[in-house]
Amino acid sequence: MTDWTKRIGGVLVASAMSATLISSPVAAQDEGPIKVGILHSLSGTMAISETTLRDVMLMLIEQQNEAGGILGRQIEPVVVDIASDWPLAAELARRLIEVDEVDAVFGCWTSVCRKSVLPVFEELNSLLFYPVQYEGEESQRNVFYTGASPNQQAIPAVDYLMEEEGVERWVLAGTDYVYPQTTNLILEQYLLDAGVAEDDIMINYTPFGHSDWQTIVSDIVAFGSEGPKTAVVSTINGDANVPFYRELANQGVAAEDIPVVAFSVGEEELSGFDTAPLVGHLAAWNYFMSVETPENEEFIAAWHDYIGSEDRVTNDPMEAHYIGFNMWVEAVEAAGTTDADAVIDAIVGVQVPNLTGGIAEMLPNHHITKPVLIGEIQDDGQFFVVWETEDLVPGDAWSDFLPESAVLEADWTDPINCGNYNTETETCGGSEAVAE
Amino acid sequence: MITAKIFEKLGVKAIWVVAILLALAIAVPMSNLLLPVGHPLRVPNYLVPLMGQYLTYATLALALDLVWGYCGILSLGHGAFFALGGYAMGMYLMRQIGTRGVYSNAVLPDFMVFLGWRELPWYWQGFDMFWFAAIMMAFVPGLLAFIFGWFAFRSRVTGVYLSIITQALTYALMLAFFRNDMGFGGNNGLTDFRDILGAPIPAATTRASLFAASAILLALCFILCSLIVRSKLGKVMVAVRDAESRTRFIGYRVENVKLFAFTVSAVMAGLAGALYVPQVGIINPGEFAPANSIEVVIWTAVGGRGTLVGPIIGAIVVNAAKSYFTGTFADLWLFILGGMFVFVTLFMPKGIVGIFTSTWSALQQRRASASAEKGVDTEPPTPPAQKPQPRQSNDAPDGAKPSPAE
Amino acid sequence: MGSLNRFGRPFLALIFIALAALAAPSAKAQSVAEIVPQMYDASLGDLRDAVAALVATGEDAALPILQALGAGNLYEADNGGIFIQTGRNQYEDALTGAEADLDVTGDLSTIRINNSLRRDIAAAVGSLTLMSENPATRRAAAAQMFSTADPANIELLDQALAEEDNPGVRTVMEQARAAAMLRADISEEDFAAAVAVIAARGDRQALGILNANLANASEAERVNIEAGISRINQSLQLWGIGQNVWYGVSLGSVLLLAAIGLAITFGVMGVINMAHGEMVMIGAYVTFFVQEIIRTTNPGLFDYSLAIAIPMAFAVTGLIGIAIERGIIRWLYGRPLETLLATWGLSLIIQQGVRTIFGATNREVGNPSWMSGAFELGGLAITWNRMWIVVFALVVFALLLLVLNKTPLGLQMRAVTQNRRMASAMGIRTPWVDAMTFGLGSGVAGLAGVALSQIDNVSPNLGQSYIIDSFMVVVFGGVGNLWGTLVGALTLGVANKFLEPYAGAVLAKILILVLIILFIQRRPRGLFALKGRAVEA
Repeated sequence: MTDWTKRIGGVLVASAMSATLISSPVAAQDEGPIKVGILHSLSGTMAISETTLRDVMLMLIEQQNEAGGILGRQIEPVVVDIASDWPLAAELARRLIEVDEVDAVFGCWTSVCRKSVLPVFEELNSLLFYPVQYEGEESQRNVFYTGASPNQQAIPAVDYLMEEEGVERWVLAGTDYVYPQTTNLILEQYLLDAGVAEDDIMINYTPFGHSDWQTIVSDIVAFGSEGPKTAVVSTINGDANVPFYRELANQGVAAEDIPVVAFSVGEEELSGFDTAPLVGHLAAWNYFMSVETPENEEFIAAWHDYIGSEDRVTNDPMEAHYIGFNMWVEAVEAAGTTDADAVIDAIVGVQVPNLTGGIAEMLPNHHITKPVLIGEIQDDGQFFVVWETEDLVPGDAWSDFLPESAVLEADWTDPINCGNYNTETETCGGSEAVAE
Repeated sequence: MITAKIFEKLGVKAIWVVAILLALAIAVPMSNLLLPVGHPLRVPNYLVPLMGQYLTYATLALALDLVWGYCGILSLGHGAFFALGGYAMGMYLMRQIGTRGVYSNAVLPDFMVFLGWRELPWYWQGFDMFWFAAIMMAFVPGLLAFIFGWFAFRSRVTGVYLSIITQALTYALMLAFFRNDMGFGGNNGLTDFRDILGAPIPAATTRASLFAASAILLALCFILCSLIVRSKLGKVMVAVRDAESRTRFIGYRVENVKLFAFTVSAVMAGLAGALYVPQVGIINPGEFAPANSIEVVIWTAVGGRGTLVGPIIGAIVVNAAKSYFTGTFADLWLFILGGMFVFVTLFMPKGIVGIFTSTWSALQQRRASASAEKGVDTEPPTPPAQKPQPRQSNDAPDGAKPSPAE
Repeated sequence: MGSLNRFGRPFLALIFIALAALAAPSAKAQSVAEIVPQMYDASLGDLRDAVAALVATGEDAALPILQALGAGNLYEADNGGIFIQTGRNQYEDALTGAEADLDVTGDLSTIRINNSLRRDIAAAVGSLTLMSENPATRRAAAAQMFSTADPANIELLDQALAEEDNPGVRTVMEQARAAAMLRADISEEDFAAAVAVIAARGDRQALGILNANLANASEAERVNIEAGISRINQSLQLWGIGQNVWYGVSLGSVLLLAAIGLAITFGVMGVINMAHGEMVMIGAYVTFFVQEIIRTTNPGLFDYSLAIAIPMAFAVTGLIGIAIERGIIRWLYGRPLETLLATWGLSLIIQQGVRTIFGATNREVGNPSWMSGAFELGGLAITWNRMWIVVFALVVFALLLLVLNKTPLGLQMRAVTQNRRMASAMGIRTPWVDAMTFGLGSGVAGLAGVALSQIDNVSPNLGQSYIIDSFMVVVFGGVGNLWGTLVGALTLGVANKFLEPYAGAVLAKILILVLIILFIQRRPRGLFALKGRAVEA
């Protein structure tokens, strides 16, 4: 098994040790339903985003069961509520794996949630599918990152603004937490490399759930009127976006003058207000509900049918769960078992169709290939795709624009089998180096 | 000799509680480590850290009860002391990772490396040594409580004003710790711990030891609190709670009494937080959230304020319910929990312990009168139960008295 | 739409020359009738060519089509026809003007454009409407030209200036001309003149243009420009202070609205009402509910939706408040801390209840048209929704003051909260007064919800984000005093907004909290402390 168990084995009383290991979730293998854990916040601040993901998972499982389940067995979802409380997330993850004996878990939205449950998955050797765009700088053997890493969202968006809109001055506005900080660090380095002067970059952070945007929006307007074409790159987090966009609309920041490109604003966020004054502002994602492909139309129809309302939208993290779930199903079918190690081996290289007409492939670094789409907000709350990458972009776990991580590579296949392989020293950093 | 004296001072009931806690500290780890998997008496792996976590919550609730139940200071910011202790432990654990971090940096934690920090901030110095970190776990919350209390109690900030500024304190700390520039990992907090004092954290033995440590800490805090509330100082504390002005006019330095209780309580909360962190594997600014501190108040009230056993029972009952319901009734648990709070306040004003004491004394009375009716000759068969009776009234002062924080 | 050109065709020829740069490198000019069908199912690149070609035609018919395209009102039909939307479900053929028959045309869908195309269209429409009959349109066209500052427009602007008699529009045209001149290759006198015009404009955009020209100015000119820049900077700084005060007042009014209900339930009654935020949230959901009904039944009433929502929200939350008081709070008088526990439990239940009924996601609450956009007041940009919220907050405050001080109910309320037994002995029905007071506080919280629905998320978490701030405001101002709440809210709002530019939004908030803590040390009973025996009780 993992290095962990080896190391623990050395320390521990042998009997206790083997006891812990055997109690892992594969015990009751062949009969009964296959259990899948759904680990999302159904209450608290994150419920706004995450309840939808719970619903989409239930829908996917229902569909799979109608199609005969996996390995001839039905799938049984186990839903828990992590209540936007991160220690509780770790506790419930442990409970899902140890008590409910689930074979895979789909869940988390925030980075802190993922960070909190990660040691649990590592220790108990189970699988987590994480569906949200994040800051990168991580690759873990038991986690599959089906959302975008910064090179699949932020950098193409900046490229687009530079090339198509001729933007020369940049406001990097974000909520003060790790995802915006990292993304902005990467973008700042990227912009400086591209020849943008330091004075032409303004970075601004706000607290979670910030609701009074008057000062910041007027600062943006001021910054924008002082020089050539300006754009705002927004990594503002979910809740704060509605008041932010309302203030933008009311202060008359038109997309033609100062476009705002957002990485955390999708159809779901836009459904909270009237988007007519915001037409033309942008978002970069790997999926838009408005993309017209047969797969997407089928997915949307199924979603409307499942949720019982034509008004409900679909969004990028939902697609990520769709891809992640299908990949897991394929990998389990290929491995012939739900055993975590077998699935981890089988899933790398699995290809499933995404909803925008391409193919998503699980890479050795546990990230996936994705198209990058840039959409403009329309008055009906949807996005109109104005640009997309020609090829699929492979997710990069370690950014090339941060000095310390540029030398790192993640590869969970033999012979490297390491989440943070240093290409210069040709060693696997972290625990193994010391354990030897 | 000294232990004997302590025992004498503690009283029978407190000794029972301590004995139960110590028995738990031994029995649970033994059962988890030695019994084979599947044995009906074995405590399953996932329950060990969970129960350890509850015990640290219980310690926190006990700490709150010392200031609220006995001294009348309703702190809505006790979560802050808990979290500060937790951060001190978290910093030690982060430093223990050393070169095993993903960037193999011997000094800087991972989150500092990729956010471009060049050197370790001064306040992280020394946390690689456990003794230093251990002192900080108690010292930092204690110091904050001392400074805060020094000003607040001297200016005679009382009642809701005090409650709200303690809330402001924890809220401000939460916002501060959310900031990435603070160097505490921002929203993500501190995670990915590897080992503590050389023992790998995920190992069953470490878990069991941490559980035992939590039980022992709770036992020690319980002894300390019992001694305090039974001392003369404890009486003055209750006096401050029930009639602050009168106590001051009699000549007591009310602010010093309060400051003492507040600081001791903060230190206990900090130590509880320190033991909480390795058992849940993460410390993040969410622990400072005002809602968390309010929850502590609720545990205490549910269990029974102004008793020392109450907060322990309350913390365990409420958290066990929360764990169970969030997993089992994901959509309904807030209704159940919320309903429980309303029910307890309306129908069990003295909390769970209050219900027990009142049924117990009712039972006693009935039995006593029954035996009195039967015959005069037989001695009432319950001297041991009668003896702690007066002490019990010390332990559980009348909750219907003018409310402390008003 | 279809505005006539004041000067007829000769000028369109001029425009044609002026916009030659925009035109696609097509071999020969096409007519509008030829171009429009090409817009069916066109890629963004093809659309761009079509727009350029439309401008190049110089035909009157091009303008309405361009305007419709820019506004997202141009539709393509399944049968290849191009239509302009003229009203709800009304479309007319872009070329013939004939009413669209949806049975023949099939489904209509918007022709979508992107930002750069939208900019091109705005520039083109600007040029085409510079000679419009309507002064406002001409002014908008000139303003558009000011921001494009394209030297190709100079000739056109000269022509327009020659005919212009409206002084306001004239100024804008001159500024647009000057901005364009500065981009062109011009003599030193022209340069100086242009700089003077721009400097006289005196706003941020002018500052930007001056800054940009600082580098390529001669020595002599540089002094002039720098003088202009410093003058503008000075006035901007002054206005900046005014702007901060306004932002502070506006933030303060939001805090006031959120806190004022609490000032009654907590401040006057002493109930530590943790469910206060949920009352605010319910008020916002009432607004959503009202708007939803209006949307489906009578969209014309949408602008009045808030007028309907305000009494509804007050009634709904007020009744819920009375129910809470009768059901729970009344058992807890004399045990105020226990009200904290009960109302906390209640707030969990209400939140989850709303989540179950309305879903966890944000619900859409629209701004009525009179609450959208902004207006300029000197150098201040004031948004209508903030303005109305300030007004609303003050009106609510004044009404509340009136109720408490001038009505029998208010008198009884004050009597009961100051001395319950005495009031009861005087024959006041204290339980009834309690219920009414709590209902009033909750109702006011519901009113706050209506206002907050206009600036914030309408989600089950809405209340949670205001509850702590509300308590801070009430305590800072002094429990039991409405004036304290008003002054407290405004002080905190303004202080926050003055700190924000220096410290950043996060630190500003932390500093405010620290200031509150320190302030309470100085005045342990808040800004406006109640005096008398009630204090010690």
